[in-house]
Amino acid sequence: MTSTLADDRTEGPVTPRYPGMKVTQARVFNSEWTKFRSLRSTNITLLVSVLLTVGLGALISAVTASHWASASPADRATFNAVVTSLDGVNISQLAVGVLGVLLLSGEYATGMIRASLTAVPKRLPVLWAKLGVFAGVVGAVSVAAAFGSFFLGQSLLSSKHLNVSIGSPDALRMVLGAAVYLVLVGIIGMALGGLLRNTAAGISSLVALFFVIPPVLGLLPTSWSDRIGPYLPSNAGEAFWGHPTGTHLSALAGLLVLCLWAAAAVAAAAIRLKKVDA
Amino acid sequence: MIEVSGLTKRYGDKTAVNDLSFTVRPGIVTGFLGPNGAGKSTTMRVIAGLDAPTSGSVLVNSADYRRAAVPMAELGILLEAKAVHTSRSAYNHLLALAQTNGVPKSRVAEVIDLVGLREVARKRAGGFSLGMGQRLGIASALLGDPQTIVLDEPINGLDPEGILWVRNLLKSLAAEGRTVLISSHLMSEMALTAHHLIVVGRGELIADLDVEEFVALASTNVVLVRSPQASQLRDLLLGPDVTITSKEAGVLEVRGVSADAIGDLAFDHHLRLHGLAVQQASLEDAFMEMTRDSVEFHAHAANDRTEAPERLPQTAGDRR
Repeated sequence: MTSTLADDRTEGPVTPRYPGMKVTQARVFNSEWTKFRSLRSTNITLLVSVLLTVGLGALISAVTASHWASASPADRATFNAVVTSLDGVNISQLAVGVLGVLLLSGEYATGMIRASLTAVPKRLPVLWAKLGVFAGVVGAVSVAAAFGSFFLGQSLLSSKHLNVSIGSPDALRMVLGAAVYLVLVGIIGMALGGLLRNTAAGISSLVALFFVIPPVLGLLPTSWSDRIGPYLPSNAGEAFWGHPTGTHLSALAGLLVLCLWAAAAVAAAAIRLKKVDA
Repeated sequence: MIEVSGLTKRYGDKTAVNDLSFTVRPGIVTGFLGPNGAGKSTTMRVIAGLDAPTSGSVLVNSADYRRAAVPMAELGILLEAKAVHTSRSAYNHLLALAQTNGVPKSRVAEVIDLVGLREVARKRAGGFSLGMGQRLGIASALLGDPQTIVLDEPINGLDPEGILWVRNLLKSLAAEGRTVLISSHLMSEMALTAHHLIVVGRGELIADLDVEEFVALASTNVVLVRSPQASQLRDLLLGPDVTITSKEAGVLEVRGVSADAIGDLAFDHHLRLHGLAVQQASLEDAFMEMTRDSVEFHAHAANDRTEAPERLPQTAGDRR
C-alpha cells in the first residue's frame, strides 16, 4: 500500500454520519411495516380475505336460514350457529395463506431480498419483523372480520330464531379462534414462502397442506386417518374455531398442535434464511 | 477498505471464484474487471454477505460485514441484478431500507435528489427504465453515507450524460477518503474512471495494477513483421521479454522488440523482410489479450493460432 493513498481514518470501525445509526429489531419492524403498507397487492389480498370471511359467512347464514324449513334432520342436528356464520374462514384462509407466502417469496422473485439482507446482514431480524408485522395486521383485521361475520351471520339467522349471542357457550372462543387460526395459517404460508423462495411452489404446498392432504387422508383406512387426521393443521384448527366433533382434538390441544406446526415451519425458514446463500 | 483473502466460492461442482486475493484501498476508485463469468458478481455477493465463502475470507473495513452493527454506514452496494420490489415506489423502497439502519428521512430525499429521480420518486419502480433503475440502485447504495461503496456494472444502461455523472460521483466519493470498487467488462470505461485495476478471469486473479501501468503495458508497440523466412526470424527474436504470435503464415506479431532492432537483426542474418509495421494496441485489445485464456464463452472464430498466446506480465505476483 502506498502511503499517499492510505487513509488512517478508515482503520477500525466506521463512524456513521447520522447519530444513533444502528440496526435494531424495532427499526427493522418499522421498515417491514413501510414495506407492507406500500404494496397495493398486499392491501388487496387482505381486503379479499375480509370480504371472503364476512361475505361467505353472511351468504351461508342467509341460505341456511331460508332453507331451514326444508332442512333434513341430519342437517338440523349438526347445525351450529357460530360455525355457520364463520364458514367464510374455510375459504379466506387461502387468501391469508397466499398473502403470507407472497410477503416472502415476492422478495425473492423481485430481488428485493438482496437489498433487505444487505441492509440487515444478520438476516433473522428481517424474518422476525415480517412475522410480527404480518401477525399484527392480519390479527387485527381477522379479529374484526370474525366479529363482523359473527354478528352479521347471527342477524341473518335470527329470521328463523337460529341465532345465538356472543355470550353463549364457546361462541367467543370460536370467533377469536377463527382469527387466531387465520394468523397461524398466514404464518405457515410465510414460512413456506421463505423455505421454498418461490411463489408458485409456496402456494402449491400451502394448498396441498390445507386442501389436498386432508381429503386424501380420508381415502386411507380409518385406523390410519383417525390417528393422523386430527393432527393435520386444518383439523387441529377446526378443533378450536370450528364445529366440535368427536374426531377432533380438544380446543386447547388443537391450538397447541397448530402452533407447533407454525413454529416448526418458521424454525425451518429461519435456518434456511440464515444458513443458505440469498 | 476491502480485503479479499484466499476466497473460493463453489456452487455445486462449479467453481465461480478460486483462491482470489486482493485489497481495495480507500481514497481511490478501483476497477474490477473481467469477462462475463469471471467471478466479479460472485465476489461482490460475498463482499455483501449474501453468499458465504466456501473458503477464505472477505473483510469490509477490517470486519466481517455479516456481523456489522451499522451495515449501511460500512458498505453501500449495488448488485447487477435488480434488487427492488417492482410494485413499490422508489421513495418507499428507499425509506424502508433507510429505516432498518436508522437513517433519517431527510437523507432519503437527499439521495433521491442526488441521483436525479425526484420527479419519479413516487412512481412504481417496476416501470423504471434500465438507467433509472441504476440511479435508484446507486441511491440505495449511498443511503447510509457508507465508507465503502461497491457497484456492479454501474454504467450499464446509462446515457452518456449519466455515465459522466457516475464517473464524477465515484471520483468525488473516493476523494472524500472512501473505498470505491466498481465492476465492468469495458476496459475503456475503467481507464477513464478507475485509478487501480483488479483483473479477474475464470475466478482467478489475472492482474492487480494501477491503470497507468496497464496503459503502459497496453501501449507496448506491436510490430507486424512480414517475411518469407518468418520461422527463422522468429527463432532469432525469441527472448525472455519477447512475445510473438502469428495469425497467418509468414506474418509475425512481435512485442518487446523495436521495429529498428528487428530490421537490423534480419539484415545481419540475411533474412528477407517484406513488411515491417508498428501497430498501436488499444486498451480493449490489451484487456482481451490479458484475459484471452480465461474467457468463459469463446465465440468460435476461425482464427487459428499457430502459437499459443503468451500472457502479459503480472505485476502482483505470479499466480499460475
